[in-house]
Amino acid sequence: MHPAFSVVFFTTATGAGYGLLALLGVLGGFQIIPPDFWLGFIGMGLAFGLIMAGLLSSTGHLGRPERAWRAFSQWRSSWLSREGVASVTTFIPAGLFGIGWVFFGRSGGWVTVAGLLTACGAVITVCTTGMIYASLKPIAQWHSRFTLPGYLIFSAMTGSVLLNALLQGFALGSKVQLAACLLLTLFGWGWKVATWRYNDRLEIATTANTATGLAGGTVRSLEWPHTEENYLLKEMGFRIARKHSARLRQITQLLAFVLPLGLLAIVSALSWPLAALLSILAAAIQFAGMLVERWLFFAEAKHTVTLYYGR
Amino acid sequence: MTCLPSQSGKKLGLVIDLDTCVGCQACVTACKEWNTGGHMAPLTDIDPYGGHVDGVWFNRVHSYEHTTEMGGRTVNFPRSCLHCETPACVTVCPTGASYKRASDGIVLIDEDKCIGCKLCSWACPYGAREFDSDVGVMKKCTLCVDRIYNDNLAEEDRVPACVAACPTSARHFGDLGDPQSAVSQLVAERGGVDLMPELGYRPTNKYLPPRAHTNRAASVAAPALEPVRAEGGFLGWVDRMLSN
Repeated sequence: MHPAFSVVFFTTATGAGYGLLALLGVLGGFQIIPPDFWLGFIGMGLAFGLIMAGLLSSTGHLGRPERAWRAFSQWRSSWLSREGVASVTTFIPAGLFGIGWVFFGRSGGWVTVAGLLTACGAVITVCTTGMIYASLKPIAQWHSRFTLPGYLIFSAMTGSVLLNALLQGFALGSKVQLAACLLLTLFGWGWKVATWRYNDRLEIATTANTATGLAGGTVRSLEWPHTEENYLLKEMGFRIARKHSARLRQITQLLAFVLPLGLLAIVSALSWPLAALLSILAAAIQFAGMLVERWLFFAEAKHTVTLYYGR
Repeated sequence: MTCLPSQSGKKLGLVIDLDTCVGCQACVTACKEWNTGGHMAPLTDIDPYGGHVDGVWFNRVHSYEHTTEMGGRTVNFPRSCLHCETPACVTVCPTGASYKRASDGIVLIDEDKCIGCKLCSWACPYGAREFDSDVGVMKKCTLCVDRIYNDNLAEEDRVPACVAACPTSARHFGDLGDPQSAVSQLVAERGGVDLMPELGYRPTNKYLPPRAHTNRAASVAAPALEPVRAEGGFLGWVDRMLSN
């Protein structure tokens, strides 16, 4: 599948944004993070900023972005529509929580309720994003049991590492938060490696034989219907060389998992401001690593239509 | 609404005979000609005379070499929308632009509602949908919905343009929901198949596999001539001596 940057950035940014939003909703709502104007303002601003940037980026993928409002109508059948509804609905409790927690400096009561609802909305939104991909049968690498948990794990991981950077920045870092980041990053690493192993061993039932209805033997593409690449090949015929894929998997592991793990381990032995500096660096490096991961998620996905072209 | 409608039982579609298709591309051009002025018009061409020709087509004909233990053969393979019974392209549509008609099962796009998110083309395993980058919306085969019900056309012309154009009658149009229809009978008789049945889209269109082929060439040569009488003279004598 063609890795359009608008979609790669969209899913990575909203994943991190909703992860951070959910954590702020729960931890702020239960007063584990005490209300503080600047911390709250920057934290909620960062979460909203990532989500808004991602959503705006996703409209760049549309042929007719001025009609994007229509996408809220088909939530009964379409995961993309559900994602739209969930993402916008989450803004209601998130906005209330932000007002209560950041501007009124309150937690408890309705602010806690709004915080919990925000977290629920964020988790549901990330689920809908994962299901858009997991529900597509023609793409075997996406239509697997790894896709939806992957989106949730990476959202929790990047959100948690961002939250750690934020708390360390305000000299509020804790060993528990660091441990959570390390565990989630390790878990994310394991999940990604397991996903790659699964995809590499995938035996896809759909072949050129079933695609053409010609049973038995081999079906070799003799001639395409057209001389140049058409929409189908540009959008769904994207191919990546095996050696590039292997190198990019290494880069993903280094940036998204290994370096953040190393940096966060060092952070646990440091105090402000060095701890803050390294925590922010870890979050930035991990975000870059997740962009590579998401690029590969598209580039390595093979659509059944490529079978018609002998690819 | 992109939820699938409860069906009336009528399932209009095509039956394509891979045995007789000669890959002449007549159905491709007839489709383009009709539909670039039809329901989903225009079928935009980008850089049609340049080095990077691109454009929207509803029907594309591939050629394959099918090799089995019986030998190899060339199979020409027209590919277009199969008007599936459970089309994921419809249910993934976030705007309601894609829909399946309850009355005859045709899958269509309301261009005015399409936001061009392209998700339907990802959901279609057959590559039936093509994005028109000029208009910014998705396009697909309409089964010539503007021909088959068109009272302004003579009755024999009320078939999809591709069917009307086919010089070898490799394309058949009819109601595949009716087991007594000519197309259903043809599918039963020739063992018509679904494409990618394992994905569960339940395509309406059926493909008739090439007939079993034989290694015996038809005997068309006349039997060798027998000499009417023995050769005489010197050469005859030599022949007789050498033949002994």
